[in-house]
Order: sequence, then C-alpha cells, then structure tokens
Amino acid sequence: MRMMTFAKRCTKEILRDQINLCFGLGFPLALLLLLSAMQTNIPVSLFEIDTLTPGITVFGLSFMTLFSATLIAKDRESALLQRLYTTPLTAFDFIIGYMLPLLPISLAQTVICYLFACCLGLTFSVNIIYAVIGMIPMAVFNIALGLLCGSILGVKQVGGICGALLTNLCAWLSGVWFDLALVGGFFEKIANALPFFHAAKMEKALFCGSFELAREHVLPIFLYSAIITAASVFCFLRQMKKQ
Amino acid sequence: MYAIKTTGLIKQYKNLTAVDKLNLEIRQGELFSLLGVNGAGKTTTIKMLSCLTKPTDGDAIVGGYSITKESRQVKRLIGVSPQETAIAPNLSVKENLEMMCGIHGFSKEKTEAKITEICYRLALDTVLQRKAGKLSGGYGRRVSIAMALISEPQILFLDEPTLGLDVIARNELWETIRSLKGKVTIILTTHYMEEAEALSDRIGIMKSGRLLAVGTAEELINSAGTRGFEAAFVSIVKEGAV
Repeated sequence: MRMMTFAKRCTKEILRDQINLCFGLGFPLALLLLLSAMQTNIPVSLFEIDTLTPGITVFGLSFMTLFSATLIAKDRESALLQRLYTTPLTAFDFIIGYMLPLLPISLAQTVICYLFACCLGLTFSVNIIYAVIGMIPMAVFNIALGLLCGSILGVKQVGGICGALLTNLCAWLSGVWFDLALVGGFFEKIANALPFFHAAKMEKALFCGSFELAREHVLPIFLYSAIITAASVFCFLRQMKKQ
Repeated sequence: MYAIKTTGLIKQYKNLTAVDKLNLEIRQGELFSLLGVNGAGKTTTIKMLSCLTKPTDGDAIVGGYSITKESRQVKRLIGVSPQETAIAPNLSVKENLEMMCGIHGFSKEKTEAKITEICYRLALDTVLQRKAGKLSGGYGRRVSIAMALISEPQILFLDEPTLGLDVIARNELWETIRSLKGKVTIILTTHYMEEAEALSDRIGIMKSGRLLAVGTAEELINSAGTRGFEAAFVSIVKEGAV
C-alpha cells in the first residue's frame, strides 16, 4: 500500500514532465520515420523496417534511464525526499516505488514503436509480442542505471550523462545505425562487452522468431541487469544514509 | 510527561561537532523553539530527532521510543516540515496530501476526511486543485506544513517554517502554528527572535552545537538582565563560553 502510493506519485511525476516524455517517446518515432524515408530513397539493408525497428526499440529504452535518473536526482535536490525519509516508507518501498512505474512505460514505448513501424510497412506478426516481452530485462537494466545515476549525480549532471552521453553510447554501440563489423577492432570489442549490442541482436532475433539466436544474447543482458540493479540499490541506500 | 528527552546527544562530522552533548526535555503539547545563529546545530538536532541522521553518541526518547533503536516507531509518531518547501511539484495540492495519507496507511474515507479538515484548518481550499509547484512561497510552505500535519503526528518538527516569507505570509503562518498549540507537541527552529518570542512556550538557545540556555522568553530576559528578548539573546550568545 505504502509502496504503491509512492509508485503512483512517481508515475504522475514522470508522465507530467511533458518535455521529457515527448522527447523520450517522440524521438525514437521520429528516427523511425526519418530512416525509413531515407531507406525508400537510398536503399540500405540496415535501415529496412524489419531490421531497424527492433534496434530503435532498444535505443528508445535508453530514455528510461534519463526519466528515472532525473526524477531521483530532482527528489534528492529538493527537500521532498528528506521529508519522505521521516515517514514509515522503507528503503525497499523507495527502490521499488521508483523502478516499478517505468516498467509499463518502457513496454508501452516499445509497443508504440512497433505499432508505428507497422504503419510504415512492418508486417504484424505474433513475434512482436515475444519481442516486447524480451525487452523486459533490458528495460530493468536501463531503469536500474537511472536509479544508480540519480543516486550519485545532480540534476544537471544527469541531463548531460544520461541525456546525451548514454543515449549516444547506446546508439553507437548497439549496431543500429551501422554494422559494427565495418568498424571492427577495439570498437567492436567494446560493443560486444556491453549489453546494447546484445539487446539489439536479441530483439531482432525475437522479432524474426529465431529463439535459438536470441538465446545466445540473453546471458550478457541478464548479467548486466543484475549487476546494475545491485549497484543501484547499493548507491541508493548509501545516499539514503548520507541524507 | 515528556514528549522528547535527549541524553548527551552528540553529532560529529569529521572535525566539526554539530551538536555537543545535548540534554533537553520537552513536555507534551509544548511549543518549544530552538533559537540560534547559523551553524548553531538547530537543524542537525531536528534531523537526529526525526531519525534522518544517526547521532554519533547519546540517545533521545521521542514519544516513548528511542531514536537509535526504534526509529520505525518514532517515524509513525512524527511529522516533519523541512527548511525548504518539501512538496511534489507536479502533483496538485490534493494529490500531495493524498500521497501523505497513503504513506501513513489511511483508508480512502479517512483520507477524504483528513483533507477536508486540514484544508479548513490551514485555509487551503482555494488552492486544493492547483499544481503545488506553481504556488506562492507562503502557500507552498503552508502545504508543506499541511503534509506534515495530515498524518496526525503527536510531535511536529518545523524547521525554520517562515524563512524567506514576506510579513503577511509570516503572520498568517504564525496564526496557523498558534492554532496547533496544545494539540501537538511542536519543535520549531528559527533565527527570528520575534518569532520565537511570539510563539513559544519555552525557548532553547543554541550556539556551536551547545544548548546555552532554556526557559520562557521572560525567564531568559530576566536571567540575562536585559530589557528585551533580542538583547537577552545577544547577551546569552556572546557570553556563551564556546
């Protein structure tokens, strides 16, 4: 009950921050539209709607980090969190209350991306449902990363690091915009070591109904999700003690 | 019976002793003011008593529970209005109040009743549906206090509640605080002399983490041998061998 009250409040705060919301939900759609238009004029296999859409949904999730980090950093900088620390809310209530609302928002964003892609010519299939469900671990990773960043960074830093740096990292290292093998070397190794590339590959595989291929990329995503969630809980508890 | 009793309460930050061996007794229903210049240790004292920060040493009994060992029970008894206006800016005033009721486990019926009551008491009816982040400073502070009060606390901590408010807003807030006297134990921190004198049953004067004097405004004036309360405060703080 207490935790749900707090989660409800977080949902309202996120959904009422319209600039963030429009950018977070609108930007992936604008990219889909733009790259699809490019594809019709200059055909590039990477930008074919079947290939592009799963990658864009992974990229779109990076905005969840920005949402959660901004909310937590704002709360920390205002006296609201201080007030709430003097209430019967527990650390568990806070952590789940911050993370829970973003999970349905993440899934809604993925669904919107796929529906929009269907309008642009993507063939609707039952695999889309698997692809949406397959996004859950990556959504948890992004939300937890937001909790981590929000616990250690200020509002301005969050804007720079989560808003600019992280979304770009996700875009470049996921292999959505270009084939990572073309760059190769150290860049490809880094991309392979991070979860973005694996998430994009898994998402594409799920969308194509290739579950065997998807399974190959599950482990790094789960591993990163677990590590980042543990780190974010640790950092949140530490800042809670500091307050 | 005491609402709060501190015993040798100490808070140390590296080389700085923010609160030094504080021994204080506050009676139930009393409005007790902690007065002092900046850095006197008022806010740190409130943070310890409201379980926001752990004391380095010593303990305090708040509403019958230890702040070091029974913080969960203490949190159920207290309401805190921090120094800054502590509201959720994108939520309406009503939603802010509903959130506090939900956090304290109130039923829907009780929540409605409490909101009606608190709005009447703090004259918030006109702004109930407005976004909290868009309110004026005076209303914002009033909402902040309403959020602390709505949980029916036995003990209310008001940390510099009138800081930065204009004269009218300050006077209105004083009236609100006066209306609470006797019903709730109030611990108020301020560095406005006239505020402490006008509102308090008793006043504690702090400097550099130490409690220099405690008494009614009149007792403090008499003990300092001065004409007014401000002169008494200056005299006590200057003479305080810290």
